[in-house]
Amino acid sequence: MFLLVPIVIISIFSFSAKQGLVDISASWVLDNYIRAFDPVYLSVFFKSMGIAGLTTSICFLIGFPLAIGIASAPKSWKPILLMIVVLPFWVNLLIRTYALIAVFRTRGFFNFSLEWVANLLGIPFEPLTLLYNDAAVILGLVYIHLPFMILPLYAGFEGFNKSLLEAASDLGARQFKIMTAVVLPIMAPSIISGCILVFIPALGSFLTPELLGGPSSQMIANVIERQFLAANDWPFGSALSMILIYLTFGALALRYFWLRRRYFGSTENRP
Amino acid sequence: MNRSIVQLKGISKNYGTLEAIKEIDLDIFKGEFFSIIGPSGCGKTTLLRVLAGFEIPDSGSLYIENINMQNVPPNKRSINMVFQSYALFPHMNVLDNVAFGLRVDGVARDEQSRRVKSMLSLVKLSGLENRLPHQLSGGQLQRVALARALIKKPQVLLLDEPLSALDAKLRNEMRQELIRLQKNLGITFILITHDQQEALSMADRIAVMNDGAIQQVASPSDLYEFPSNKFVADFIGSINFIGCQLSEKDGDVFKVITRISKDAFTVEGNNSLRIGQDCWLGIRPEKINFEDADVVNPNHNKLSGVVKNITYFGQASMYHVEVTGEKTATINVMENHSKRSSGTTNEVGDSVVLCWSTDSTSLFTS
Amino acid sequence: MTLCCTIVFLYAPIIVLVIFSFNDSRRNVTWHGFTFKYYEKALQNNNLIEAFFNSLSIAFFNTLFSLILGTLTALLLWRFRFSYKSVYEGIILIPIIIPEICIGIALLVFFKLCGWPNDLPWPLNLSKITCAHILFSFPFVAVIIRARLATFNLAQEEAALDLGANHKQIFKNILFPHLKSALVVSSLLAFTLSLDDFVITFFMSGPETTTVPLKIYSMVRFSVTPEVNAASTILLLITIALAAIAIWIQRSWVQEVEKP
Repeated sequence: MFLLVPIVIISIFSFSAKQGLVDISASWVLDNYIRAFDPVYLSVFFKSMGIAGLTTSICFLIGFPLAIGIASAPKSWKPILLMIVVLPFWVNLLIRTYALIAVFRTRGFFNFSLEWVANLLGIPFEPLTLLYNDAAVILGLVYIHLPFMILPLYAGFEGFNKSLLEAASDLGARQFKIMTAVVLPIMAPSIISGCILVFIPALGSFLTPELLGGPSSQMIANVIERQFLAANDWPFGSALSMILIYLTFGALALRYFWLRRRYFGSTENRP
Repeated sequence: MNRSIVQLKGISKNYGTLEAIKEIDLDIFKGEFFSIIGPSGCGKTTLLRVLAGFEIPDSGSLYIENINMQNVPPNKRSINMVFQSYALFPHMNVLDNVAFGLRVDGVARDEQSRRVKSMLSLVKLSGLENRLPHQLSGGQLQRVALARALIKKPQVLLLDEPLSALDAKLRNEMRQELIRLQKNLGITFILITHDQQEALSMADRIAVMNDGAIQQVASPSDLYEFPSNKFVADFIGSINFIGCQLSEKDGDVFKVITRISKDAFTVEGNNSLRIGQDCWLGIRPEKINFEDADVVNPNHNKLSGVVKNITYFGQASMYHVEVTGEKTATINVMENHSKRSSGTTNEVGDSVVLCWSTDSTSLFTS
Repeated sequence: MTLCCTIVFLYAPIIVLVIFSFNDSRRNVTWHGFTFKYYEKALQNNNLIEAFFNSLSIAFFNTLFSLILGTLTALLLWRFRFSYKSVYEGIILIPIIIPEICIGIALLVFFKLCGWPNDLPWPLNLSKITCAHILFSFPFVAVIIRARLATFNLAQEEAALDLGANHKQIFKNILFPHLKSALVVSSLLAFTLSLDDFVITFFMSGPETTTVPLKIYSMVRFSVTPEVNAASTILLLITIALAAIAIWIQRSWVQEVEKP
């Protein structure tokens, strides 16, 4: 119950109207939700989903071969590799974001190295502005969420029956066909889990766009924060966060129905 | 002479709508090696759990040494159990596992170590006191589980499929070991198994269960030779069933007509069948012989057929003989290689005449 | 190949950060020699030290209460069947699933509405943050303990009962040793989660109650200095040490499973 009360309060708030500076009345109006569909906020939502989606795709593209790599590594190496991948997950989010700032800022190490290379080649060099844009936010989100993608994929590959690959090639399938016809369908639940695990926190991320993004790369979480701490419009902030929660549950529900449809009546090969 | 140590009177247990065991009456005697056997799902495990106290029966009463066990929890019963997967405590070494029962009872330390020591030597585990369960082989785990259950000197030891996790050779060894322990200690053993060989070779008496009810309680040889119904005959050993109709009844001698070939057979035994009633004639494969031209016994029942297939078992062969009349049926005949009198061997495709004596068959109601 | 690149990508920024915390230069880009100067400076920063003690106290109380609450929840869900059990299990997972920012603002509103006083003496002034941390830590504890309980062989409990043990003895001798490592891992996790949390704490804190991540955040917003590097490195070392212990213990479970 302790868990639920705060959520219930903001869901009530989201239907409330603001009266004066601090007074809020529970008036059951949809104004806040309607306001959330204002093009300004709608574009923030779409942008956030776009950024989260792109982050998820990049994580998948990096994580998939990586997970295969770890799963097919020699047995004695596996725990070490896995630990290397998981360890950053335990490191403070803030510190990791800060480390990225240090590396990629205009006078940071990345530009510094480029400058050194450029000088060596005799090319005139102008420091690149790498931070405070959408690309930096995506980079930061990928950096932070990559372990979430790798772990479920790795777990999926570990449970993967290697003799299926042999059976497929024994039956004459080529590499590409094996990948699309055998590996991807069997791995699909792990892939979906990994994508969900990246997409949800990326969608609701606050710190990364706050620190790495520019004024135009604000995500929902930043808007929500401003409603509470700066604009002092709690009901509207509540409505926005309720929408964020709905989106989260929507993503989970999609996964649930997809898995149910796919595995209805079958208990085999369930990872 | 035999005093009951465990008595079950009308014990029933349901799980929802499923009747796991129905109205079970059973007496188990002091010092005997008793076995409960049946196919999976027959209720034997439920029965065992009722004895141990993990399940409370819905009706009926259980007496151990003439004391009603109704309100006695498992930790207060003088019954101990060897679990199917042993259920050894993985974080304790052999010594601590075996001593556990004494420790929770607050037995003095020096007595604990004395009893653990003698128990470990009894089950031949001396020297392995400090090993952890995952460092032991299957047979050793089995011995630890036995020692742990026996150290409390129970009146009754329950064994739940104790040998199912062992390979064939080790299983034979442990069978001998269990028999030796049981005879030495004089404790009543109740063995649950689905393996008839295990029960036949170890137990003094066997209860066959099916569908939550006890079908027959008898000694191994009585169970094999005189099964009380078709299920028991089928479950213990292998047997041929021939569908018949009772045509004549003369005291202990019955005449039946088979439904395959309309041949008439003579059967000895007693049965409450009425004339005209449908029944099953059961014959064990090893009781059937191929008719020898030299020896003709007019009293024998005969049936002719064609050998369709032969399965070779080493010491014996099983002949699958097809008998054709109005219907077709396959009769299995077991022939021991050493006892073959003449040099002739039956091949696939040979026409043969099967014969058996009147007292080697049983009649069962359908 | 991908593996190497990814590892570089994951670790290079952190390693650079650590190395340059020893750099004897304000500009932070070129190497000017080794120094502990910024560690001394960080350790003399009273605000930072205060934040550090706040963080540790919050993490300590959070660990204690999350462990109790999480273990009880897990035992309850494991042992008893009750109606709406799956609903309850779902509710437990909510703080893990929904975005942190939503929990943050929900708690902000909640504490505001129930009029939680802001000017309590130490350690009660940290109670708001601690409660918030318990809220999102204890589900993790519950999930870990529950997973460990799921591997418990119920026959062991029956065996103990059969050998004459009572329920207290079973808990002490059989169940507790089984859960011991999970308790250690989950308390380490709860400690680290609390020590590392920024977003939720951000909405809970007042002027008197900063934690290390909040302090670092305000320093980062201001500028990138070796002092921040030094403070980050200290926090980093603590969390990595805790993580290493936790991962090491979890590996020993895997070995236990592999050798049944």
